[in-house]
Amino acid sequence: MHGEFHTIKFVDDLCDGHMHCMRVCPTQAIRVRNQKASLLDDRCIDCGECVRVCPNNAIIAMTSSFKDFSKFKYTIALPSPAFYAQFGKDTTPSLILESLKKIGFNDVYDVACASEAVSIAIQEYLDTNKSPRPLISSFCPAIVQLIQIRYPNLLDHLIPIESPMEIAAREAKNLKMKETGLKASEIGAIYITPCPAKMLSIKNPLRKKHSFIDGAIAMRDIYPTLLQTISQSNGNHDIKDIQGLGLGWPIVGGQVACLKAEDCFAVGGLTDTVRILEDIENDRLKDIQYVECHSCPTACVGGTLTVENPYIARGRVLRMVEKYGLIPCQNREKIRGLYQKNFFSLIGKISPHPVQPLDEEISRAIEKMQKKQDIHDKLPKIDCGACGSPTCLAFAEDVVLERVMLDDCIFVAIKKFEKLSSDLLETVLRHSEKINSNIKMITS
Amino acid sequence: MDNTFLQTFKIQGGNIYNAGKASTEIKAILKQLGINARIVRRVAIASYEAEMNVVMYAKQATLTFEVSPSQISIIVDDEGPGIPDVSLAMQEGFSTATREMREMGFGAGMGLPNIKKNSDYLKIESVIGKGTKVIITLNVN
Ligand code: SF4
Ligand code: SF4
Repeated sequence: MHGEFHTIKFVDDLCDGHMHCMRVCPTQAIRVRNQKASLLDDRCIDCGECVRVCPNNAIIAMTSSFKDFSKFKYTIALPSPAFYAQFGKDTTPSLILESLKKIGFNDVYDVACASEAVSIAIQEYLDTNKSPRPLISSFCPAIVQLIQIRYPNLLDHLIPIESPMEIAAREAKNLKMKETGLKASEIGAIYITPCPAKMLSIKNPLRKKHSFIDGAIAMRDIYPTLLQTISQSNGNHDIKDIQGLGLGWPIVGGQVACLKAEDCFAVGGLTDTVRILEDIENDRLKDIQYVECHSCPTACVGGTLTVENPYIARGRVLRMVEKYGLIPCQNREKIRGLYQKNFFSLIGKISPHPVQPLDEEISRAIEKMQKKQDIHDKLPKIDCGACGSPTCLAFAEDVVLERVMLDDCIFVAIKKFEKLSSDLLETVLRHSEKINSNIKMITS
Repeated sequence: MDNTFLQTFKIQGGNIYNAGKASTEIKAILKQLGINARIVRRVAIASYEAEMNVVMYAKQATLTFEVSPSQISIIVDDEGPGIPDVSLAMQEGFSTATREMREMGFGAGMGLPNIKKNSDYLKIESVIGKGTKVIITLNVN
């Protein structure tokens, strides 16, 4: 269920209440109280921006560790194509795959090629389906969650096509089952992930019960070991070159580049994505066919668990595409046939998970909204954050919802103190006058 | 008496950059009140179009947004040229937008008809040379 599971966790012992996380959180899901950060579950979209900025590493992304996979007889590593861009320019995707085998995975499977297949399926869907436009990519789980909590009207716009990660895992497992005679449950498909959000879609896949992926290792966790193995290799490998436009998927525009439709565009980063989603909700982009959205400004090459500078990584992806991208790795006709057999389709609805309203009962909610506005009017509106809420407006709401007291705002507290001290002074003066006159009376 | 929440917004004519700010805020408020998503969308479209009309044609306007447990109303009162023939302007495709406006994707003549489609009640009062008042209401249930 939404709201109960998130892929990030705050470690209280490490948190010093720096508030970096609170300030970057795009959905205002973080509050800092008594110098500890805490999460408003119903708002978090697992984008991982807070993990990125915490100076104390007090927010951890809950990805898998190697020991989680000891239960499998056979393991297959599936690196996100963003992983190919994390190493030096001479380190080819095939060398990376080969090295993954050397560090202990029984086999590897390329996801870029599955991305090319998914691109063809998207094109088929665009060509043959009349569902509301624009369609929105559904491959960034943080964006999907954002739509679930804030734009429930746009859930029908999310393209119901399986993600490359899932397609690749299903294929890899089927192949291995045939080859080894093992059961599906004995084979572990392990994703090498650029972000915690992907972990969410593994634990809570949309429109289906179970993911084909059994766990995800963070890129930054596996990177050092792999780098060492790569640097010791002689460069020879049996795996053939990875090809196709799928290599471009981890950068902004990578999906759109695979489509023939002209009326498509790509957007990276939550600020810009929100603007686009607002426009779609206001009915402004009906002429657009497909919008590719990424929570991370540079898309997956700059995911929160990556290692390389995202712009350098992006440059590498572009060069890879230039070199290997133009040779397709999929047969378009074959993929079309598979598409018609619903190989890529996801059925069923995605449920909305709107943020808790101010009150379940509308009349009371309106009353609270008015109160919130009245409180906001009293605040300095400088969004200093000292109260532990990200903005003055969020603070006003926290007061209305009784999460905090009004004088937790330092400006309100100072005013109150000024008033108190001037009252006090007045009383003291009044009394001393009285005493003085009494003294006079006695002495005269 | 029923509780109501009221907020007013100033809209500047010609300011494309800020266009849509009021409707975005209205939308956020309605979502926080727990109003049904479908209604929120209709309000969003209607208020956005009304706001765009001001940005495109008028000098400035005040948008008054009011919500009660049974009704949402949006009143846009502008200082502008006025609409000579309201019933003509209500026809789909009719537009006096300039070429530049159209190139930016505005004024395809969908404004008023789109507001009508997305509201339960629409009233337009216009005085040539003075301005236009657009009154939009939607039922909450
Ligand atoms: S993961 Fe993203 S949405 Fe969730 S608390 Fe962190 S910054 Fe906010
Ligand atoms: S853009 Fe990619 S890396 Fe970033 S959150 Fe979305 S899926 Fe993860």
